[in-house]
Amino acid sequence: MNTTTAATASVSPRLLVTSSPHIFSGLTAARVMWDVNLSLLPALAMALFNFGIRAALVILASVLGAVLAEFVIQKFLMKKPVCIEDGSAVVTGILLAFCVPAALPAWVAFVGGFIAIALGKQVYGGLGQNVFNPAHVARALLLGSWPVYMTTWLKPGAAMSPSTAITDAVTCATPLGFIKIAGRDPEVMKKLSESGTSLVTYVFNELHIGFSDLFWGLNFSGSLGETSKAALLLGGLYLLIRGHITWHGPVAMCSTVFAGALIFGGSLEYAIFHLLTGGLIIGALFMITDMVTSPMTGKGQLIFGFGCGALTLLIRMKGGYPEGVCYSILIMNSLVPLIDKFTAPRKFGTVVAKEVKA
Amino acid sequence: MLEPRSFAGGLHPPEMKHTADKAIQKLPLPDRVVLHVSQHIGAPAKPTHKITDKVNCGDVIAEAGGYVSAPVHATITGSVIAVGNFMHPFGVPSPAIVIERDHSAQEPDYTYENGLELGVEEIKKRIQDSGMVGLGGATFPTHVKLSPPDTKPIDTVILNGVECEPALTADHRLMLEEPDKVINGLQLIMKVLNAKQGIIGIEMNKPDAIKVFEDKFKSIANLSVQPLTVKYPQGGEKQLIYACLGRETPSGGLPMDVGVVVQNVASAAAISDAVNLRQPLLERIVTLSGKCAVNPGNYRVRIGTTVADFIQMTGGLKKDVELKKVIMGGPMMGFALFDLNIPIIKGTSGLLCWDSEEAAQPRETACLRCGNCIRACPMGLMPQTMKQLIDHRKWDKVDEIGMLDCIECGCCAYACPSSLPLVQSFKLGKKNVMAERKKATASKG
Repeated sequence: MNTTTAATASVSPRLLVTSSPHIFSGLTAARVMWDVNLSLLPALAMALFNFGIRAALVILASVLGAVLAEFVIQKFLMKKPVCIEDGSAVVTGILLAFCVPAALPAWVAFVGGFIAIALGKQVYGGLGQNVFNPAHVARALLLGSWPVYMTTWLKPGAAMSPSTAITDAVTCATPLGFIKIAGRDPEVMKKLSESGTSLVTYVFNELHIGFSDLFWGLNFSGSLGETSKAALLLGGLYLLIRGHITWHGPVAMCSTVFAGALIFGGSLEYAIFHLLTGGLIIGALFMITDMVTSPMTGKGQLIFGFGCGALTLLIRMKGGYPEGVCYSILIMNSLVPLIDKFTAPRKFGTVVAKEVKA
Repeated sequence: MLEPRSFAGGLHPPEMKHTADKAIQKLPLPDRVVLHVSQHIGAPAKPTHKITDKVNCGDVIAEAGGYVSAPVHATITGSVIAVGNFMHPFGVPSPAIVIERDHSAQEPDYTYENGLELGVEEIKKRIQDSGMVGLGGATFPTHVKLSPPDTKPIDTVILNGVECEPALTADHRLMLEEPDKVINGLQLIMKVLNAKQGIIGIEMNKPDAIKVFEDKFKSIANLSVQPLTVKYPQGGEKQLIYACLGRETPSGGLPMDVGVVVQNVASAAAISDAVNLRQPLLERIVTLSGKCAVNPGNYRVRIGTTVADFIQMTGGLKKDVELKKVIMGGPMMGFALFDLNIPIIKGTSGLLCWDSEEAAQPRETACLRCGNCIRACPMGLMPQTMKQLIDHRKWDKVDEIGMLDCIECGCCAYACPSSLPLVQSFKLGKKNVMAERKKATASKG
């Protein structure tokens, strides 16, 4: 409408007609996604601190791959409006980078980012349509395609730039990988039972770390973004305060792993070890809280979190892989429609009306 | 003061109640009124007059079209200048009678009688004759609500003084300025229903109104004020009953199924006039709000006054602000108008004149399955799933999961980060589900 009609608008202005409601919370999908990106910054800082420019390259390559896939597919294949500015591809890119080792060649990270969006999200129809967590779909594919790259772990601070060659001198085992190997080594187990030291103490002694290192993310290796529990908790707390995630899933998953490890591992030490190692915390705070691939109600998220936790521990303690977070979440993702169906809220007015007492 | 109570779900939109301290002003008579025959839920009223007929203010100009219906009265004295289709606030042309005012005519006089001394049937008849409907916005004919079958005894009457819609302050002002009328109306309703207790539910953001009634009720044993948590839609009938009494109105049922009748405070005040003065429903209080209005406030205006005339009488629109959206009702449930020549009807509680900033409409994006809609729904429904089913035209499935339980409060759409047109979809869904049900019963019968 031009200004002249606006000035004389009292006669018959052109009015906007929409259905109610006419006011909105102001929350947008893009706002949610950029908030998630913001919440990942503390963990990103810790990744840079531990692995230097290598971390930056892997994250950059992964994000680039993800955003490029989103752009190309939306623009040329789907011929839909391009929505890369909503930040959801960036989230996927960062989360994938957080689940891979720092030594991963940048081009593999780029391929990972690309397939996360292409095969993890756009193939289902784009944002909101995918069944599986895109970052974990890509991680699973990368692990199958480049198993050596995906399991070469850098010592923190040992190879901060890509110019340093990857030799045995700069690599090491992750605490979860180490405990799996040690636990299956009859000689080690025999020695431990003779001396009376626990498996966890043995791992700590061999890797020269303790619980505080596991919490702060110092002096041990692992995937880029998963090492510092402190940084992840800070980000998770931010999302909780902003109302983008609820406590149900994270609490259910972590307490299931903790309780399971306590019962089946037999010691508090072992339980805390499982709580603070691997991708549990990042998985619980950032992966299973992904709105798209998790149940919609609190009750559903409790069941979902419980399933993720139980499967994670099962894979860690009995499976072939040292870590089970990724696969447990993918398995549980497939059950989400079923969980949603059985955890629908109770409709108001569907209880037998209370007797009106005189 | 009693402990504030509430219900599950809902949310807290900005209150926007800028006119809460503006006393009710009586507007002059309009030169012309457009009186729709459909100003209530139920059968339209049947026009009884033709063009050039002279009518007096208060005359019936359209008779009730059935039991669930209400008569329409001339709200000014003058002559009928048109009978035909005029634009209705709901967006469709609908039959209406247009009256042009006779400037020489006197306002009618009403004599007072104490309604509480009348018999139940007489009270009910006076209410029915007055064209009384629920003034909170639902416009259900009042006499029907006041005639529950003998199998449904009513023990409690709740007056709805919640006014949970943002921006609206008409009920708030009425409670402050005419509490005695409201109480008298409540007592009349209780007498008709033989109810033993009366409760006025008021949100905590109106402490002055709560205080007024608490003071008045000190001397009346069976009446009380229930303070309510400030949460939308606290004024929803089922939410209000639950908050006040802990009773859940059954899905598909009515408040009388749990022994309750709910009336709006404005209805109670009008009932008082209808019974004590035999005055038909001629006017109502309308809140004018929004950045485009020169004089936002609360106005007593004749029903049938066009929106354009109403705005003009209050001082008009600001010249330097572009009018972008006009909403009849509140921001959460009101109807956007596309024409200002639409008249104010019995259920019009507010008129919002918004500029483009206030009317900003977010762009729809893909659903994230975040579950905000489910958490916000006061009826325990799954809006996200319902919309999907409606998009796929699965009417039987959406009926199964509670389509008709939706009260269209708008909480889901307000909370949705993807700005999905949920309420719009549900209006369509309800219509189709009802049509399917009708088809099913027809084929059975």
